[in-house]
Amino acid sequence: MKELKLMKGNEAIAEAAIRAGADAYFGYPITPQSEVLEYLMAEKPHERTGMVVLQAESEVAAINMVYGGAACGRKVFTSSSSPGISLKQEGISYIAGSELPCLIVNVVRGGPGLGTIQPSQSDYFQATKGGGHGDYRLIVLAPSSVQEMADFVKLGFDLAFKYRNPAMILTDGAIGQMMEKVWLEEQQPRMTEFPEWATTGKKPGKERNIITSLDLDSAMQEKFNLKIQEKYREMEENEVRYETFECDDAEYLLVAYGTSARICQKSVQLAREKGIKVGLLRPQTLFPFPKKKISEMASQVKGILSVEMSAGQMVEDIKLSVEGKVKVGHFGRMGGIIHSAEEIVTALEQKIIGG
Amino acid sequence: MAEQTVNKDIAKEENLVFKKTSVLTDKVMHYCPGCGHGTAHRLIAEVIEEMNIQSECIGITPVGCSVLMYNYLDVDMQEAAHGRAPALATAVKRLMPEKFVFTYQGDGDLAAIGTAETIHAANRGENITIFFINNGIYGMTGGQMAPTTLPNMKSSTSPYGRDVKMMGNPLKMTELVAQLPGTYYVTRQAVHTPKDVRKAKKAIRKAFENQKLERGLSLVEIVSNCNSGWKMTPLQANEWMVENMFPFYPMGDLKVDGEMVK
Repeated sequence: MKELKLMKGNEAIAEAAIRAGADAYFGYPITPQSEVLEYLMAEKPHERTGMVVLQAESEVAAINMVYGGAACGRKVFTSSSSPGISLKQEGISYIAGSELPCLIVNVVRGGPGLGTIQPSQSDYFQATKGGGHGDYRLIVLAPSSVQEMADFVKLGFDLAFKYRNPAMILTDGAIGQMMEKVWLEEQQPRMTEFPEWATTGKKPGKERNIITSLDLDSAMQEKFNLKIQEKYREMEENEVRYETFECDDAEYLLVAYGTSARICQKSVQLAREKGIKVGLLRPQTLFPFPKKKISEMASQVKGILSVEMSAGQMVEDIKLSVEGKVKVGHFGRMGGIIHSAEEIVTALEQKIIGG
Repeated sequence: MAEQTVNKDIAKEENLVFKKTSVLTDKVMHYCPGCGHGTAHRLIAEVIEEMNIQSECIGITPVGCSVLMYNYLDVDMQEAAHGRAPALATAVKRLMPEKFVFTYQGDGDLAAIGTAETIHAANRGENITIFFINNGIYGMTGGQMAPTTLPNMKSSTSPYGRDVKMMGNPLKMTELVAQLPGTYYVTRQAVHTPKDVRKAKKAIRKAFENQKLERGLSLVEIVSNCNSGWKMTPLQANEWMVENMFPFYPMGDLKVDGEMVK
């Protein structure tokens, strides 16, 4: 039976993971996501479901524990915030290169460097363009509520296993820290059977399983690259998720995800009170990106404003989708500042309508 | 490889005195002639066969000369990023405590880039086995200075010898790890003579058997040569190893059954 609770976004991730039948979590404390590890340690999931929870010595070790666990065909996840996610990039590249499923949560804070502990959306490029070395992509989910924080845990695991590819929940410090009501799914059992590729001990009469991202033969390595690229095209075909708000009669469009999308809903309302017909498109998947929908909207509206708590990162994907059909601009605050609904309307008026 | 002709009058079942363990594959190893890796692989494979744990083993390979170990050992294996094998092994063992989990790492992998993962896996008392091959050099990348390169020893990045004032001191990771309460068995072995091979094999077996006791991490260091990197013949390399490496990295047990050896 579903259960209604009041929880922080970070806690919702942790509880949803236990209920999704996760086998293990490996993490390292960093603000503003430490509640994930704290909640898991307090909840004793090893008693509830047998789930392993371990505080690693570093983010580097944590992601490599995820690699080891994922290679056993287990449902494993980690979480961190921006500087910690940068440290995990080596491991994420190996996980993608070994075609392993796992879930990584990035509760983004402002950067670069140590930056700030306040929320930001400045890790979009890192999340959606690969992040580590080599040609690979993550499945990137962008929740904009505590409910979606919980829901995207199961979705992330499902997609990761479907495509044998790491999935990332790209959220931010605001959604991680804020409390909302959340409907939690009932407890799912942990897996008892594991994928045939998993390293669980060589079965008598069968070939051994090897998990590696290495192939010294360039022809084979190219073949492998083409194979994973094909997988990413499949994701683009089948896994795009987004929501629209007041788009039917819209003459202008805001595109925003996560915390920015919540604020943009208010901006749409304020703009419409002023007689400006504005709609909002909220990508729930940042990779695959809703290219087709944005291209369609570009035929309907006079201009598009990308609203992100960054210097303008998603706006590049919007421009690639729009292909010059209408004007595309960006508005966003940085360094942990969250824009106001009014600022967004003013930016729309100045950069898109009047510009 | 040329096909070898077999004299069928001699190669009869009743005449066989040695048989390659079935846990080694038939893949031709890429190691330089005279290198210790092949012997170390074989001993691990023989122990796995003798303990009948082939289907219960998960091995983690490093980055370095032995990166392709998964081609030679017929058990399930994972290939880790450079230095991270103990982190992978930690997760594997915690998720499947009934399995036998081991890492196989060189000195660059274990004692330089993977220092943190090694120390913390040992200190947590992870119930795994680490095989540590120390040849005092980065072999795969072409003979650069390693954390274990001896003082005044030449390498491609210490061409005039390791100047400890400038380049720092060699790191005795095995001595360091033995101090930690999480380790149960720490020993240093070699595989350059039949006598040493027999001793090393016993140590490897003990290190695997310890996993059943659940009392912490076992580490077997094998001091080995790198004749290519040291720019010597295999025989010279072994002699040089005995004269120079062994005094700095003394053979024998450092910790047995959780107790430091005096």
